[in-house]
Amino acid sequence: MKKIATLFFLLFAYSLVYAQKKAEMADVMRSNGKIYTVVAVCLTILFGLFAYVYSIDRKISKIEKNNN
Amino acid sequence: MKKSWWKILSLVLLIYTIIGGFLFEVPRLDILNETIRNLYFHVCMWFGMMILFGVSFVYSIKHLRGFNLKHDIYARHFAETGSLFGILGYLTGILWVNVTWVTDQGQSLGSVLKEPKLIGAAIALLIYGAYFVLRGSFNDIDKKARVSAVYNIFAFAMLFPSIWIIPRLVGSLHPGAPGSDSGNPALNRNDLDGSMRMVFYPAIIGWTLLGVWITTLRIRLSLINEKDIIS
Repeated sequence: MKKIATLFFLLFAYSLVYAQKKAEMADVMRSNGKIYTVVAVCLTILFGLFAYVYSIDRKISKIEKNNN
Repeated sequence: MKKSWWKILSLVLLIYTIIGGFLFEVPRLDILNETIRNLYFHVCMWFGMMILFGVSFVYSIKHLRGFNLKHDIYARHFAETGSLFGILGYLTGILWVNVTWVTDQGQSLGSVLKEPKLIGAAIALLIYGAYFVLRGSFNDIDKKARVSAVYNIFAFAMLFPSIWIIPRLVGSLHPGAPGSDSGNPALNRNDLDGSMRMVFYPAIIGWTLLGVWITTLRIRLSLINEKDIIS
């Protein structure tokens, strides 16, 4: 009985250690919401880029119209 | 402004890529950690490059079939944007190497420099670099278009052996090499987590469409500038 109890204890201890060995991720950043800042920054850059490409597209269209 | 649904689709897919790419669940893996999200950015550059080079290849063949100079301009600009994507892929790869292979995996700089996929990608980009040098070395417009179309077909034929086949044969730090137990990630359904596929495939389409948009702008500008040559 004692042996089995020891075995269970060791198994339990092992599972605790095993759980802690999980790969480290940016969980803190997610839990305090700072990840949304990163997303917002990247989205702003993306919108800026697209607005720029859009404006070039319009300019070229204008030139095309004048040329014909 | 030429209104096209795919320009809007590109924006929507890239918004989804950034939101999904940073916020969705990804597998928790040692060494990779959060950098696994680079899949949506770094890898997409290479896929975009291959697609754009593919389009360039098709236009080169089209040029050789009818000797239409318009197709030559198309081929050139798709190759240019493809090269840009390739360079971006290389630069982002350098950053990723630093935190995974060099720092965490303890690879020496020597083994990283010997990485066959890095060398293969460099060869492929240099071959395309030579395409632009070749283009610049002709005075005769027709001859330039014809010779560079033939060369572009060769360059595309070299692309896949150098970035896909050789790294798979000789072993590579990238996934899919013999020795890294992942087999062929392009064909193995278990290799890429399902939740990552949900973002990865739209990301490829989004980035590629952005590349196509930029390319069409450059093509239209070229068509205006070289109007008297084409018609």
